[in-house]
Amino acid sequence: MKRISASRELLLLIAIALLLALIASRFPAFVTPANLAAVFNDTSPLILLAIGQMIVILTKCIDLSVAANLALTGMVVSLINIAAPGLPMVVIVAIAIGFGILLGMINGILVWKLAIPPIVVTLGTMTIFRGVIFLLTEGKWVNSHEMSDAFKAVPRTEIFGLPVLSWIAISAVILFWIVLTRTTLGRSFYAAGGNPNAATYAGINVGRTQFWAFTISGALAGLTGYLWVSRFAVAYVDVAGGFELTVVAACVIGGVSIMGGIGTVLGALLGALFLGIIANALPVVNISPFWQMAISGGAIIIAVVLNAQANRSPGRIILKRAEHAT
Amino acid sequence: MQLEIRPDVSIRAASDIDPLLSLAGITKTFPGVRALSDVSLKLYPGKVTALIGENGAGKSTVVKVLTGIYQPDEGDIRIAGEPVRFPTPQSAESAGVTAIHQETVLFDELSVAENIFLGHAPKGRFGLIDKSAMTTRASDLLSSIGAKIDPGATLKDLGTANKHLVAIARALSIDASVVIMDEPTAALSQKEIEELYDLVDDLKAQGKAILFISHKFDEIFRIADFYTVYRDGQMVGEGAIEDVSEPELVKMMVGRDVSQIFPDRDHNIGDEVLVVEGYEHPTEFAGIGFRLRRGELLGFYGLVGAGRSEFMQALFGITRPSGGDIRIDGASATIRTPADAVGNGIVYVPEDRSKQGAIGALPIFQNVTLPSLSRTSRNGFIRLAEEFKLARKYTERLSLRAASLDTEVGNLSGGNQQKVVIAKWLATQPKVIILDEPTKGIDIGSKAAVHEFMAELAAQGLAVILVSSEIPEIVGMSDRVIVMREGRIAAELDRKDISPESLVSHAAGIGGVEQ
Amino acid sequence: MTTSRNIPDRLRSPLEQSLKSWESLLFLVAIGIFIANSFASPYFLNAWNLSDATFNFTEKAMIAFAMALLIISGEIDLSVAAIIALASTAMGAAVQVGVGTPGLVMIGLSVGLLCGAVNGYLVTGLGLPSIVVTIGTMSLYRGISFIVLGDQAFRGYPPDFAFFGQGYVWWVVSFEIVLFALIAVIYAIILHMTNFGRAVYATGNNVTGALFSGIRVGRVKFILFLLTGLMSGVAAICLTSRLGSTRPSIALGWELEIVTMVVLGGVSILGGLGSIPGVVIAAFVMGLVTFGLGLLNVPGIVMSIVIGALLIAVIALPRLWSMWRTH
Repeated sequence: MKRISASRELLLLIAIALLLALIASRFPAFVTPANLAAVFNDTSPLILLAIGQMIVILTKCIDLSVAANLALTGMVVSLINIAAPGLPMVVIVAIAIGFGILLGMINGILVWKLAIPPIVVTLGTMTIFRGVIFLLTEGKWVNSHEMSDAFKAVPRTEIFGLPVLSWIAISAVILFWIVLTRTTLGRSFYAAGGNPNAATYAGINVGRTQFWAFTISGALAGLTGYLWVSRFAVAYVDVAGGFELTVVAACVIGGVSIMGGIGTVLGALLGALFLGIIANALPVVNISPFWQMAISGGAIIIAVVLNAQANRSPGRIILKRAEHAT
Repeated sequence: MQLEIRPDVSIRAASDIDPLLSLAGITKTFPGVRALSDVSLKLYPGKVTALIGENGAGKSTVVKVLTGIYQPDEGDIRIAGEPVRFPTPQSAESAGVTAIHQETVLFDELSVAENIFLGHAPKGRFGLIDKSAMTTRASDLLSSIGAKIDPGATLKDLGTANKHLVAIARALSIDASVVIMDEPTAALSQKEIEELYDLVDDLKAQGKAILFISHKFDEIFRIADFYTVYRDGQMVGEGAIEDVSEPELVKMMVGRDVSQIFPDRDHNIGDEVLVVEGYEHPTEFAGIGFRLRRGELLGFYGLVGAGRSEFMQALFGITRPSGGDIRIDGASATIRTPADAVGNGIVYVPEDRSKQGAIGALPIFQNVTLPSLSRTSRNGFIRLAEEFKLARKYTERLSLRAASLDTEVGNLSGGNQQKVVIAKWLATQPKVIILDEPTKGIDIGSKAAVHEFMAELAAQGLAVILVSSEIPEIVGMSDRVIVMREGRIAAELDRKDISPESLVSHAAGIGGVEQ
Repeated sequence: MTTSRNIPDRLRSPLEQSLKSWESLLFLVAIGIFIANSFASPYFLNAWNLSDATFNFTEKAMIAFAMALLIISGEIDLSVAAIIALASTAMGAAVQVGVGTPGLVMIGLSVGLLCGAVNGYLVTGLGLPSIVVTIGTMSLYRGISFIVLGDQAFRGYPPDFAFFGQGYVWWVVSFEIVLFALIAVIYAIILHMTNFGRAVYATGNNVTGALFSGIRVGRVKFILFLLTGLMSGVAAICLTSRLGSTRPSIALGWELEIVTMVVLGGVSILGGLGSIPGVVIAAFVMGLVTFGLGLLNVPGIVMSIVIGALLIAVIALPRLWSMWRTH
């Protein structure tokens, strides 16, 4: 029952614990609370994007445009900041989320109303979004000195010892955990991806549900866009280039099934943390950071093999003897 | 063809009480098919109306119209005399119509309680789903139908029968005045069926109008008050159940005497071609063994879920058995893939035509030649002229009706798609042909053609295995019948012992044959 | 039963069918772009310039042909560009120990085949979804390149190795364009004229139906992964030869451009539909657009907007058109 679905996350949790123990055995400084908090903070953008991506994948879709959305929204809010440095940060954040939603809705509409395969739609919007950044800036960078101090301060501001960036990731985890487990829309994501035909019978509009998934993914990508450019204090065309695949990797490692209907916020969180810990640990343990890509590739393959075995359904059982055994 | 068997009792039934729900003049067409043609249906409060008809008669379509999945092209739906429209499944639910669907429309990854309440879960603070209320109500509902299922369990961990009980609980979770049950007993055991009957009695006492769809006549006579019969998308009779007999209902369903449908056969049975011994599978079937001769037509009968298709698919190499031997023409054969099976002269016409049988987007000739490409090609290179020649030969033998041989198979009617699938296999010149529910969902005319063709195949020396749930078909066609129950052979009947009664009793495990 | 009616083989001639096809529409687009380019820039209609322009797409298109077959069969391989990186790295490493040109070619092709075999085994042997598997192997293969090279580069390829990416067979006709044409013809024959090609279409249209028709679906897909790997190896040889050096970031992001080329060529991402001539024309369209915009000093990234929009539009417009007609 619950055990089986929980075991995926449990397995990953154990893997993360083993990984940390291994690092700690040689480099105890890595597992000090301060350093772990720093690792978490560094992984926060990936966590935010992985939650959005997980919801999209739940509905049997994929969003390859998240990193481009992040870059475009980041650039838009940077330009707004240059044009109107006095604008309150609340407004900037609202614009980032709103603009991200708009970009997500474009994907969603194309998937819902025109039934274009999600991989094609987001492959297309991915290149378009990046191209639009170029059109906006003619390839110029927005550098640190052009951004207002308030603009750069938000993600770094510490509350109760943790930066705002971390708090946003924590809030998103809690918020979307509630949305996915306790709201009708949240359960519809699982239903629409797990069994689209049955979802239609249950009165769920599968296309519209997918639309909302892309919208959420867009909102999170937009928010992350602002956080990213303000944290690194730079915006340019190739911000977070190729990051969409890291995000998908975090989901896959977190036990999200690419076939739809299976996945949890906890899984996405752990998948992102797994990749974040490896990225942060490599320089510490004196392994060249150039190992990171191969390790995450290996992790994806191992994760997908393990997930496939865990999800293999027993099928219909006819023999009475076997039926009693369940 | 005798068509006019309309008992006049229908008038009496309608005049007694006002119907709670009525359909009139409902027509629904799909590209190339008229699924419903000017049909009506009346459901009365506190009464059970049985909807009877062969596969493809339009029963499922009418259920989908009533539950807002399909919109009718014409006609009106009234509840308590008021016209209503069901543009979405929700609108049907809020108008008080709920259904236990034939297919399990459930979600493996969600919990039992969530499956029951998806879309109408009880809400607590902040509009969030109230999980404890949902669990309590789910467990109440489940116990009210006598199901011992943990509402917190994940659905995929449940067996087939329990899943079906969850589907029933889901239908009852909606406060409905009209309950539709589409073959609700198909997956249930005898004891669970009795509990379902009690439930139906309860619902009747609550004044709910029930539409009961079933193929089992004993069931219909046990619980229905009224009947409505559909045939080929038209309503051909309705009335009170006490005024009608089983043979009369069968005549209305089929449109003529059952015995006349089937071709006379020349029982010219030759040498043994296929021997199966001790075929078994960890979960689906065990101890399957039989012998088959050239020219013989062997029927496989059993209730839905008895393991017939699963065994046939293992024989065809789709699934791998855990044990057993096959001999073809006396030589031992190993079948691991369908390609092996075809190479050994065993071919399979599956039940699910659109998924497994035909490749809808490919033209007719490419479907027919697909397993025979090695014969129409030269050194692996396609020769179109040869392909058309082969496709023409076999499709014309089956009197296929199509605009041209490069028409996409997906654009053909069900019966003609079936002919393409059969032509595809005949072109491989097989020894054994397995037909799994070959006439399910096809029109009467094509049915007769398929039956005649089966007889002809057997007469030409092919060994034919017929898997069918339709008793008349099994009785009318088979030289010998193997009855399966719960994955095992329950009985093997020779021609003289084949009767509807013997088939039903062995399949259901009643009448002193319980092991 | 005996009344056999004569069913015609075809209602429309093959010629009529191909005239109404996606490929002919795309061909008109290509001609339009060609004409527009020649008006827009005086440098366009120059044999050497045009010849240079072909390098924009030849290497990608070699992979696109194999990818087209793979996508038609219902799978995808996102690791192709990473295979280029790994194959190129392997060749670069071999150069350091003095392996000559024939050995380098063997190594490039073998690494491609091996990578394809790994993808094929994971997808067909273990039954895993190809999109995830190849996202994983994409990181793995390029990751190995990064481990080997870090921020360094391999150089020092033998002089005769330069022929594959820089050599000309005759006048302005480069070795690459000849190879491209040859590969196009081979794949067109495989897909459109052989039993194997028929099996590819059947598998992509309805994998269960193909299996139930006796097609060895797993074997077909495995061979296609092998071919895609092999073509990536071929592209790696050409690209490495053209650049004269290997960095781990070689051919970065090509997988998406190759998929775009395939989809633009009329191959359905859902499988079962598409043709090699379509991919050939799509390759020229993408090459011409890049080259034309380049002559006008429009940066490549703007070209990517055009390609991205084209990718969505080619699917969206026919659907919008049919929606508009039915309403």
